[in-house]
Amino acid sequence: MKTSLVKKTWRPFLAIMLFIGLWEVATRLFSIEEWLLPAPSDIVMEAKNVIPTFLPHLGSTVKLSVSGFLIGTTVGLGVATILHLMPKVRETFFPFIIISQNMPIIVLAPLLVIWFGFNALPKLIIITLACFFPIAVSALGGFTQTNRELVHYMKMMGASKAQLFWKLELPHAVPSIFSGLKIAGTYSVMAAVVSEWLGAQKGIGVFMTLAASSYRTSRVFVAIIVAMVISLAFYGLILLLERFFIRWQQKGEKT
Amino acid sequence: MLELRNVSKSFGQKQVLQEISLHVANGEFVSLIGPSGSGKSTLFSLIGGLLAPDAGDIYLNGEEITNKRGFISYMPQQASLFPWRTVIKNVLLGQELQGKKDHKRAEAMLERAGLGDVIHAYPHELSGGMKQRVAFIRALLSPQSLMLLDEPFSALDEFTRTDMQKWLLSIWEDYEQSILFITHSIDEALFLSDKIIILSVNPAGIKEVIKVPFNRPRDGDLLLSEEFLQWKKKIIDVIQV
Repeated sequence: MKTSLVKKTWRPFLAIMLFIGLWEVATRLFSIEEWLLPAPSDIVMEAKNVIPTFLPHLGSTVKLSVSGFLIGTTVGLGVATILHLMPKVRETFFPFIIISQNMPIIVLAPLLVIWFGFNALPKLIIITLACFFPIAVSALGGFTQTNRELVHYMKMMGASKAQLFWKLELPHAVPSIFSGLKIAGTYSVMAAVVSEWLGAQKGIGVFMTLAASSYRTSRVFVAIIVAMVISLAFYGLILLLERFFIRWQQKGEKT
Repeated sequence: MLELRNVSKSFGQKQVLQEISLHVANGEFVSLIGPSGSGKSTLFSLIGGLLAPDAGDIYLNGEEITNKRGFISYMPQQASLFPWRTVIKNVLLGQELQGKKDHKRAEAMLERAGLGDVIHAYPHELSGGMKQRVAFIRALLSPQSLMLLDEPFSALDEFTRTDMQKWLLSIWEDYEQSILFITHSIDEALFLSDKIIILSVNPAGIKEVIKVPFNRPRDGDLLLSEEFLQWKKKIIDVIQV
């Protein structure tokens, strides 16, 4: 297990190291100003200094993205279930759901602030909007692709519509739901940071705007890297949950 | 127990079943044989209540079950086990749908059926024959007293199939469930059943009903006996007329 992990990861790891090395050398060689593009070493130094003041921002963003993600997941699964169980509703509203995704979040954000003020609500709405779509679409796909033979078996055995859903369609959709969750998890951090730009007391987004407006570019980079790390951590967590939930699936083969 | 009275069914202009009347007695093993496309699966969907007949009625134990679901137990051609459920949870599914679960009985039956070692295995860990065994036990454990078996062994290789037929008899002979069995193998029908219903094609009607005279319990030697071959010839003659 451990050796295979090393085997799999040494290439991307080397590539990243090489990239960072080149970056470092380039900034020194061409003496690029720190406010324009800080060297990786500058960013590390800045991170060391700024991390203590940064922590509350980080906590706030994590809290915001987790709550947004959970709401988005609930809404996404709810929407998928309703659309699946009521084909007429699906025909009517599916186009609207797609349109909702064609609206850029950044454009929508100021409007939400006008309507709901500077509290948590508009932020949660933005994150939910970003998260629910991949979950709804993947869950819906999972529901509709349920194995026909299993459906036939359930019907012959006299299963009710509720039994068909809970015992067959929902568990059958779990692997697809997880692919949606993985996308939504990474979206949620991005959406949380964007929503904080609108105006908040704390958060990575706030920290970023402050740093950018005073040309403390290394700080902006610190914020970006931290946001990436959170996003990766979410992804890893969902991956672990997925392993736990679909341990029945044979590796490399779809059963 | 099961009775079909003059059941007919058409899809659009095409008549699939014409005035089918048949009867399955308590504890009886009845096979339906006929060429592909003779509407056997449609007949099952009618008995299962998924489709409504254009004419005729279906009765189970004197109660009309035309176009009503949940009165029969079913074993499909493909094992159709749920991949996220272990063997034990799969065989309990039929009971689960009807309300009551009897874990002890399921475990005992799996043990007796030679599946004791795989009780907690997932379906993908089983061979094709094993999956069909689990599917049969699932049907047998379901509370309904009539089982519909839709060509359950047709996807298996010849060796496994003969084993499975013997195995099925050894298990089933201890229970009281009636079986209605679709097959297109004459050997299989003769070896397993008490009664064989031969269907004609286009539209399917009943050509002849043959009572199988062999005593139970039956063993593999029967398949090679002179008497068996004579009955087989008789059935082939009926089909070819």
